[in-house]
Amino acid sequence: MSDEPIEKVSIIVSKGSLDGIYPALIMANGARAEGIEANLFFTFFGLDAIHKKRHEHIKVATVGNPGLHVATWLGGLPGMSAVMTHVMEKQIAELDIPSIPEFVEMIADTGAGMYACKASVDLFKMDKDDFIDQVEDIITVGEFYEKAAGGQIIFT
Amino acid sequence: MPTKTVTGVEVDVTDDGFFTNPDQWTEAMAPELAADEGIEPLTDQHWQVLRFMRSEYAEKGTGPTVRVLGKTSGVTVKELYQLFPKGPAKIAARIAGIPKPRGCI
Repeated sequence: MSDEPIEKVSIIVSKGSLDGIYPALIMANGARAEGIEANLFFTFFGLDAIHKKRHEHIKVATVGNPGLHVATWLGGLPGMSAVMTHVMEKQIAELDIPSIPEFVEMIADTGAGMYACKASVDLFKMDKDDFIDQVEDIITVGEFYEKAAGGQIIFT
Repeated sequence: MPTKTVTGVEVDVTDDGFFTNPDQWTEAMAPELAADEGIEPLTDQHWQVLRFMRSEYAEKGTGPTVRVLGKTSGVTVKELYQLFPKGPAKIAARIAGIPKPRGCI
């Protein structure tokens, strides 16, 4: 491996949880801050991050998430995910990290490209109107590889 | 430590060109530093960002990130990337003679 600087990244967002989406957004924003070209591709549940009606309601998973250190039976109680999400959102805001809708808008302003995966959009019976205006296009996997050409691909 | 000569004055910099001693910087150096980054000429809006970088650094001991710049410098994120396409906080820090901002957001 050479030490050539990274000039382009394509980041795939496949998860729809708070902890699934933030790392990808931070990496995309950080890439642009370094002057690295960045594209974001939203697929499967990751589409919620750019969904007009859903991106304000992204939750932390409280079941099947051992890193949270909450017992599974407790995590499954009604309202647990909402409570934990609220706690985490508060901590995120204290660090002056933007909310997901604000962050996605900011990243689009940095010049990063935003795309939705066609197979997932078809699967969930969505269309372009379901997504925020910053989404440039709904593209196929082949088109994704064309756009990703010459850069690094990161799957989250 | 590497040094660099700007407007005929020798200054201390890191390997990637950030000033290690912001007191060695003068406003007169900015146009030459900007030209090194491919930015010519420096407009009033560039200066608005550079002066904000300097004052934030003086106040907080670290330069602002793009997020902070977009929120408080009076220049939007979109405009920041038009002014400094290769990374607003990073490039402006280099031109403003302050260390590289270390925030993640």
